Amino acid sequence: MLYAVFCYNNENVTNTWSKEEDERVMRDMAAVERKYAEAGKLGPIARLMPTSSATTLRHSHAETIITDGPFAETKEQLLGFFVIDCVSLDEALEFARDLGTANPSSGSYEVRPLTIYKPSELAS
Amino acid sequence: MTDTAWIDLALVSARPQAVGALLRYFRNLDTAEEAFQEACIRALKTWPKSGPPRDPAAWLIFVGRNSGIDKVRRQSRETALPPEEILSDLEDQESGLADRLDGSHYRDDILRLLFVCSNPALPATQQIALALRIVSGLSVKQIARAFLVSEAAMEQRITRAKSRVAAAGLAFETPDAADRADRLAAVATMVYLVFNEGYSAMNGPESVSADLCGEAIRLGRLLLQLFPAEPEIMGLTALMMIQHSRARARFDADGAVILLEDQDRGLWNRPLIDEALALIDRAMRHRQPGAYQIQAAIAALHARAERPEETDWAQIDLLYQALERLQPSPVITLNRAVAVSKRQGPEAALALIAPLAEKLSGYFYFHGLSGHLLKQLGKAREARVAFDHAIALATNAAECAYIRMQLDKLDEDVGTESGRAEKR
Repeated sequence: MLYAVFCYNNENVTNTWSKEEDERVMRDMAAVERKYAEAGKLGPIARLMPTSSATTLRHSHAETIITDGPFAETKEQLLGFFVIDCVSLDEALEFARDLGTANPSSGSYEVRPLTIYKPSELAS
Repeated sequence: MTDTAWIDLALVSARPQAVGALLRYFRNLDTAEEAFQEACIRALKTWPKSGPPRDPAAWLIFVGRNSGIDKVRRQSRETALPPEEILSDLEDQESGLADRLDGSHYRDDILRLLFVCSNPALPATQQIALALRIVSGLSVKQIARAFLVSEAAMEQRITRAKSRVAAAGLAFETPDAADRADRLAAVATMVYLVFNEGYSAMNGPESVSADLCGEAIRLGRLLLQLFPAEPEIMGLTALMMIQHSRARARFDADGAVILLEDQDRGLWNRPLIDEALALIDRAMRHRQPGAYQIQAAIAALHARAERPEETDWAQIDLLYQALERLQPSPVITLNRAVAVSKRQGPEAALALIAPLAEKLSGYFYFHGLSGHLLKQLGKAREARVAFDHAIALATNAAECAYIRMQLDKLDEDVGTESGRAEKR
């Protein structure tokens, strides 16, 4: 089963990280990623720019409205996601737990199974 | 990183909202600050045991408010009058606490706090010092170091700024749309002052001044969250990001300035540039051009060029013309002259800046650019006069060093030319 693991955190806090802190967290996360990549379980990974760079398009009836910022204002923001191939929810949660250990700030990981998955090579 | 370091981060990021709310309750900057300090001390005691609360800002506001009220009550027993009305005022505010804590006010709280520091009655240096102290929570010592003044002098500067702010009085009613726009414009100016203070004093990517630039960008991001649909705030933040993205490339090992066209573009901070470009894209969609957006667009054209020769000078020239129409200023014309010199040569650029000579006679960059253009035209003697003017007006060591280098090059050129002449 393929799972998406969404990373939520307060971006005011993550924006306050110094360059060194940021690099350290990324390095520790990379160690977790390596472990799952070597087992052939790791899919695409994305880190998102801050929500201040987001634009939302809402479509209803025949009308389309484009607004600045993310759809909902919440205390924690979606900062990135992983796709991972796991035999069970437990294993996916184990992956999220590993990420949480690598990233010492508090935040949450939402684990959700995928129904459609279309990996495609982007022309770089 | 230790556990308390994470608490420090949470306190720093919650600070503007918490101090802003406490300022609304107590209507006094010092009381609000002390209440926040008190709340931080309690956080450092309890959070390591209990873990950080779900909403650190709300926790700090609640605890700070209670400790502040305690203090006002204690003082009211010590002093005779008129605490009665202060207290009843507080009781009124208590009743609405629940709905206020849900965050509906927080936008105006933070804006008010920033606006307090952006009071146009304050000289720029006081605005910057006050904002770094009150909003960013830097210590007086840290700010003094960034400004290269003594701690006592900085303390005095901040105290003066605070008493001026208190004398001016603060507006606590919820601002209407026009007021809010005015406040936001004043705040944007202040944030850019903070940035420029750091940018111009910087002499290396690790210097204390670089922290001021980082802090200004953080304030820009905060404003973007509060006002996600303001194109000028997007422009301001993008402008600061692109300028700061060059921090590692701007100086040589000795701390001397490296000009844009000579910088190693591989040292530019690409993620920061990408974020800025995304912001500019979004701002453009609003079709409400403004000075920050135009300056950001100019900076973006430099950032997009992988090599200096690929710079789109024609577009930069047009953007400077747009900026001149929006904000006529000889300094902007001077900047445009650089683009003109790249497109039409040094002669055209000199013709453009010649009428500015009187207005900009005391401006370092005017003489620096004149010297540069004259040198390109082979007018070594006139170039030397211009560089001599510039060096007399330089305000920091990096500027001095740069002009001295230009003068040395002139000497070398003259040397090789006369050498050639002798050979002939």
